[in-house]
Amino acid sequence: MTLDFGTTLGGAWFPSPIFTASGCASSGKELSQFFPLREIGAVVTKSIMLKPRAGRPTPRMAETPSGMLNSIGLQGPGIDAFLIEDIPWLAAQGARIIVSIAGETAEEYAVLSRKLRGVFGISALEVNISCPNVENRGLVFACDPNSASEVIKSVRSIIGGDLPILAKLTPDVTNIASIASAVINSGADGLALINTVLGMVINTETMRPHLGGKTGGLSGPAIRPIAVRAIYQVREALPNVSILGMGGVATGKDALELILAGASGVSIGTASFGDPSAVIRIQRELHQLLQDKGFQSLKEAVGFAHRQE
Amino acid sequence: MPINRHALQLLAPVVSNRRLGIYHQIVLEVGDLVRTIKPGNFIAISVGGENSKLILRRAFAISRVHDRGTLELIVSPMGSGSKWLCAQPEGATLDVVTPLGTAFGIPTESVTALLVGGGYGSAPLFGLADVLKDRGHRVIMALGASTAGKIYAPIEGRRSATLLKIYTEDGSAGDTGRVTDSLLELIEEFDVRVIYSCGPMAMLEAISTIANQADIAHQCAVEESMACGIGICMTCVIPVKNAQGEIKNLRSCIDGPVMDGEAVQWQLVGEQL
Repeated sequence: MTLDFGTTLGGAWFPSPIFTASGCASSGKELSQFFPLREIGAVVTKSIMLKPRAGRPTPRMAETPSGMLNSIGLQGPGIDAFLIEDIPWLAAQGARIIVSIAGETAEEYAVLSRKLRGVFGISALEVNISCPNVENRGLVFACDPNSASEVIKSVRSIIGGDLPILAKLTPDVTNIASIASAVINSGADGLALINTVLGMVINTETMRPHLGGKTGGLSGPAIRPIAVRAIYQVREALPNVSILGMGGVATGKDALELILAGASGVSIGTASFGDPSAVIRIQRELHQLLQDKGFQSLKEAVGFAHRQE
Repeated sequence: MPINRHALQLLAPVVSNRRLGIYHQIVLEVGDLVRTIKPGNFIAISVGGENSKLILRRAFAISRVHDRGTLELIVSPMGSGSKWLCAQPEGATLDVVTPLGTAFGIPTESVTALLVGGGYGSAPLFGLADVLKDRGHRVIMALGASTAGKIYAPIEGRRSATLLKIYTEDGSAGDTGRVTDSLLELIEEFDVRVIYSCGPMAMLEAISTIANQADIAHQCAVEESMACGIGICMTCVIPVKNAQGEIKNLRSCIDGPVMDGEAVQWQLVGEQL
């Protein structure tokens, strides 16, 4: 009995539910030294902005118990260089590609969408409206249903039906299900849950915030229960919406936990920092675990923790 | 060229772990991989064991390699990760990724090279000194630290150096003062054409200024805290000026650790670009 490991997210099909997480795989080249990118579900590229961006000052990192804070600030080459250098390379590897985009205004997301519409080889868009490492917390669109909707509407209006759109949300809100409903009603096909959790470390030697950007995004196994909770709550509120889950997944068992909560796909982020082969290892472990538990398809396991009997 | 094209992830047995003063010399078995390791390359090691709360690898400069398939590290047990590493017994196996990063460039014409190290930053300079001497270059070494106990200068490592100068700030060994104090004189006296350095950022910055004054090349191994060591996390960036005169944040793990000291914009480290 072979396991049907395929999954669909917002209408796009992938042969495996295990993906990289945006911001934790750059554009794939670095990890390709450790495993063939075509063997995983998809590469989710680091959130790309319109213009090249230097990011925040160092220190950008602090390790915390079972986690880390990062304060990168969306450093990147800008969309034009990305389209010339990264997308064709990824496509040539036979990798499936989900492009993550980030902007400072709804208009910027629209311009990015215009540049990406019709680009060969892209399976879906992740609209990152929840990066915590921006100068103004007011720019975290996903903290407010209206601004979150505005961004998704502007992307949808440009993309039309060409590509599935996944809205990436933050758990740093009072009611994540209400934000999720707002973006789905505005045209998102699915959700990416969760972005990092806003945190801070104070250096007890200097007695000042350790990170150059003062605050940073907490990731790693420390936040996994938050991801499981957020996915579970959203699945409960919106049972027909597909979810790409992420947050501290380091083993196949962790991935299964997110899937049981309601994720149709799982992105591997911080685990790749500690183990460059984490993505392919977790994929292997999850496949084995699903078989051991008697599932005939991945789809049967999605949301299985919500069953009534 | 593919990034880190020789890098492999493997389980490496600990061949030996010896305390050397305040440091540990740890020798790991990596087999044929030693042939692809060059002076300046580093290794990223998983620490803490299976149920550890430490989720990130630790990066260490490779001090030297041996033909028998082993590599040597000098580790200072300062943080929780390096303390765990220094407690690993002979026979333990470590999950390692290596060789990573850029290497020191070796001159094609015979020259005199000055190798400058701060604290245990001298470790990779001894492997470099062997390679330089083998290729017919003359090696001068200048090592500095706050106090004698922090100088790392093994007897067997000194063979490749024509001259070894030691500086301590408290005067407990060698000359009193900083390693950078008499670099200009050393450069003139020995007609030095290239400086190689490894140590704290402030030292590297001071050496860059001196190398500029003397108009000679300076290859430095920079140190910025890294989460991944393989180029995906973007935490270890250093501001560097490129050939077009633009200043960009480059990853010290992939575009470094060995960088051109003149191109690094030291005054902008830790600043918003």
